[in-house]
Amino acid sequence: MNAVRRTPAMAADALAQVGACGVFLVQILRAVPRSLRYVRETVRQIYFVGAMSLVIIMTCGMFVGAVLGLQLYDVLSRFGSAAMSGTVVALALYRELGPVVTALLFAGRAGTSITAEVGLMRATDQLDAMEMMAVDPLAYVVAPRFLAGVITMPLLACVFNALAILGAHVVTVSWLGLDNGTFWSNMTASVDVWTDVINGVWKSLAFGAVCTLIATFQGYTAPPTSEGVAYATTRTVVFSSIATLAIDFVMTAFLM
Amino acid sequence: MNATSANVNDAVIRVRGLRTVLNAKTIFDGVDLDIPRGRITAIMGPSGTGKTTLMRHITGQLAPDAGDITVDGTDVTRADRPALFALREKIGYLFQNSALLTDFSVFENVAFPLRQHLKLPEELVRNIVLTKLQAVGLRGAADLMPSELSGGMMRRVALARAIVRDPMLIIYDEPFVGLDPIALNQILKLIRTLNQTLGITSILVAHELAAVRQVASEIFLIAAGKIAAHGDPATLGRGEEPWTKQFFAGEADGPVPFHYPAPDYAAQLGLEGAAP
Repeated sequence: MNAVRRTPAMAADALAQVGACGVFLVQILRAVPRSLRYVRETVRQIYFVGAMSLVIIMTCGMFVGAVLGLQLYDVLSRFGSAAMSGTVVALALYRELGPVVTALLFAGRAGTSITAEVGLMRATDQLDAMEMMAVDPLAYVVAPRFLAGVITMPLLACVFNALAILGAHVVTVSWLGLDNGTFWSNMTASVDVWTDVINGVWKSLAFGAVCTLIATFQGYTAPPTSEGVAYATTRTVVFSSIATLAIDFVMTAFLM
Repeated sequence: MNATSANVNDAVIRVRGLRTVLNAKTIFDGVDLDIPRGRITAIMGPSGTGKTTLMRHITGQLAPDAGDITVDGTDVTRADRPALFALREKIGYLFQNSALLTDFSVFENVAFPLRQHLKLPEELVRNIVLTKLQAVGLRGAADLMPSELSGGMMRRVALARAIVRDPMLIIYDEPFVGLDPIALNQILKLIRTLNQTLGITSILVAHELAAVRQVASEIFLIAAGKIAAHGDPATLGRGEEPWTKQFFAGEADGPVPFHYPAPDYAAQLGLEGAAP
């Protein structure tokens, strides 16, 4: 019964959080032109959230592709369509799995790191110190991380897709014996750049913006305690995952 | 007591009717004060009376519930963000916990305000930073990271950063915490020198009465949301008002309770009615 009584208050609180996050997004977008003078900081953040995420993205991409190849080869063989394995792997990756799984991995690896870093800067008065030195923390700290997330997410998704297709190729061609030419020719004949690849890039851009927005918002507004930063980091993963899957559904419905 | 003394002709900071309520607790209830230009003014008072909050009001970091605050002609309660930033470029602020940028070296921390606001040749930046680090005795620590410094050293680096642009006003929030007697003496000398040679107005938030007496020309004692006493250190030290007497003598009994409000001690320990 307590849970039922608390539901309206929790819903109102969640709505307020969404509203505050929306206001924060507007503040970031307004700070982006001012952040362009901190190009070096943006490049540094691209390295931290992008290049430093490559290992996990490449490893997971390889395994996801391998599993996908294995499962699809098995299922499609039952219908005599094993030759289409490469095509289905590529379509699944470009349209859905590439952008979505990359965003989920990004939230876990880079999102948590951004939240913890910005949250600790808040807790140790570093953001207030910048304010007192007449340096806007939104332009110097938040906007470069936001831009880095938006820029790197599509690139990471491309790397993920490439490694996943390689993984599927290793399993279906090298291990299960599918013809190499069949694998590649069916794939190139069926995958359309605009409806499949570019739509995936749009999704990646949206996921990059949302995941980084959530990560920076949680860090920027985290209570200045160790427990507050810990909860904010957890919320980043939870909210980013939910937002990614929800936005994926909406974008898929509009882009199909 | 009204702290807007008549002899203050050129006040760099004017506070009128300041009222602040935080978490249902009244921090300030009608505070008026003037900080004279070119002098060292100390803000003192028991812990938790809102000294740092007053500094946050003065620098526009926190808006009061009511009242007017003017800093060097800028009404900080109504100023927009660009106006506040323009004002803050003229203010040096030493934070209670130093607030050094942890990803930057000592040198880069001190150089940060210069690099952000002035397009100076690297050679000049280097010379200015080393001069300020020399003043706080840490020129040799320029390449260290904040994590490699002690609390007192971090405070001195933060002080070098606060003064690197020779500001019009410097706010020192607890500058003496964690300093050994040698460093304390040198920092006191530095505060006095900055005031005397460059005419920099200084606000000193501190508890160390002996240190404050050496440099401050005026003390404001804050208690119970008001300016409880105000005057030069010598006069205030001899004051007979209950607030002044208790604070400067360090007595537990007086208008400022030492104990946070709590239920009866014996009752809480379950000793009520027990045999003596």
